[in-house]
Amino acid sequence: MSNPTRDGGEPRQRLRFNPIMCKAHGVCIELLPELITADPWGYPVLDGRPVPPRLLAHAKRAVQSCPTLALLLIDE
Amino acid sequence: MSQPSDPTAQLPTAQFPTAQFPTAVPPPGLLDGSAHLPTHVATFGALPALAAEQVLAAAGRAGLTGRGGAGFPVERKMRAVAASAAKSRRGARSEPVVIANGCEGEPASGKDGALLRRSPHLVLDGIALAARAVGARTAYLCVHEDDSAVRQTVQDAIAQREAVRSDEVDVVVVGVPARYSASEETALVSAVEGGPALPRFTPPRPFERGVGGRPTLINNVETLAHLALICRRGPDWFRAAGTPDAPGTTLVTVSGAVAAPSVHEIPLGIPVSELIALAGGATEPLQALLVGGYFGTWLPAADAPHTPVTPRGLAAAGTSLGAGVFVAFPQAACGLAETARVARYLARHSAGQCGPCVNGLPALASALEALAFKGDQRAPAYLNRMTGFVTGRGACRLPDGATRLITSALTVFAQDVRAHARSGPCPAARRAPLLPTPAEPGAGLGAASALSGASARGVVAR
Ligand SMILES: Cc1cc2nc3c(=O)[nH]c(=O)nc-3n(C[C@H](O)[C@H](O)[C@H](O)COP(=O)(O)O)c2cc1C
Ligand code: SF4
Ligand code: SF4
Repeated sequence: MSNPTRDGGEPRQRLRFNPIMCKAHGVCIELLPELITADPWGYPVLDGRPVPPRLLAHAKRAVQSCPTLALLLIDE
Repeated sequence: MSQPSDPTAQLPTAQFPTAQFPTAVPPPGLLDGSAHLPTHVATFGALPALAAEQVLAAAGRAGLTGRGGAGFPVERKMRAVAASAAKSRRGARSEPVVIANGCEGEPASGKDGALLRRSPHLVLDGIALAARAVGARTAYLCVHEDDSAVRQTVQDAIAQREAVRSDEVDVVVVGVPARYSASEETALVSAVEGGPALPRFTPPRPFERGVGGRPTLINNVETLAHLALICRRGPDWFRAAGTPDAPGTTLVTVSGAVAAPSVHEIPLGIPVSELIALAGGATEPLQALLVGGYFGTWLPAADAPHTPVTPRGLAAAGTSLGAGVFVAFPQAACGLAETARVARYLARHSAGQCGPCVNGLPALASALEALAFKGDQRAPAYLNRMTGFVTGRGACRLPDGATRLITSALTVFAQDVRAHARSGPCPAARRAPLLPTPAEPGAGLGAASALSGASARGVVAR
């Protein structure tokens, strides 16, 4: 499923949100303030860069905690 | 298609007076077809029996790109569909499907309607060829459900073909609501499945999994009509018109402050100003053109003579061809007021699914209205900040189109922005609207009539 990156390390992943599913619960914003902030209406604004390895566990927890399964980690 | 001679010589020509470039496309062109099958065959010749690979190669060597707005290479999209089907292990359920997008959601566009009314068999030929290329046996032709003239024409054309069994592919006409967001490709997939015409989150993209999970090719009807001519006359014939990096011809809809609002088939590469001449010349001094449609951008009129109608030429001027819409915008009109109305229109035509679109577009429209009609001084800074929260944050590209147009208006009409913020709205803001903003379907009796009025205005009888 995941491809190793060119340097042979872990695949890089980015956060995305499905705006149709997202109900602006804000759980992800609380769990991962380093990468997710709120827009004026409470919907997540995501840092578009690859998730740094030290935050990957947090990112996975945020993904699992979204009540509507709207937050996604996408392989590069 | 334009007349070979210059039909515009006698008409009022305040600006861009004469056609100086070879704008005529030798007949028979895209719009010279017939709804009568034998006449169509007599005009263009019979459809050659090409194998899938020959269709793909012809599209590729011609350099044909999509005419629905994004300009994506046709061969690549077809090969992606065929590859998804080959990869899938779902047997019959992976057989691809073709969707022809004939909805023409752009209110200022009339070219797809003109094409479907005048040359429906060219579009149906293109559908048959596309189906051949990707291995589809079923195709759907999507048109606006309230456009009964177009629906009737294509139904009749399909019936004529079925009577003589001219196609291997079954073509089903699907009526789609006349909502701007409803003719986005994933919304069409949902409509074809019998669901609501609402965009979906991607991935999966339709070429991977579309109608009923099958790989789905979606092309604009004009794109398919070009394919029908390329497969008859060959890629070199196509490349004889246009420029090396923008080969062929394209349909454009020219409206606004011109003597004869009209649809034309033009070779790519002619200057934007030439389109004004083709439409009879400007009726008033112009300040700008709206290029592309409501996802488009404003082009200052002064740039029109040296901006070629090619993707590269238009990009250099900060615009893009989009759906081939060109609206001549007079000096006496207010670009901020017109853009505010279009922003409100796009907000109303959102599918209402995504928070940043549902909240952001009305907020942007309100701010632009406050600037245009009340001279709100805080609006420019607010708009600059808020577009960042809207762009790229919907499931489809409607929000991106809206912010693109708004940002372009704030740039091209920067002087007006300052004047409105300093001394209140200009008198031009109260002028009658120039750009059509038909009501969304179901918003009352006005919807259907406003829409047919808008599309009828764009097309001249020949
Ligand atoms: C909100 C929205 C509305 C659209 N409406 C149309 C339309 O009315 N007609 C059309 O051909 N393409 C429309 N498109 C583009 C289609 O999604 C799709 O890209 C196109 O039909 C592909 O055809 P082409 O590759 O031949 O250009 C729209 C896109 C968006 C985001
Ligand atoms: S937790 Fe889920 S629903 Fe809530 S804001 Fe984040 S993505 Fe949206
Ligand atoms: S971005 Fe807007 S128009 Fe597109 S799917 Fe979401 S709500 Fe609908």
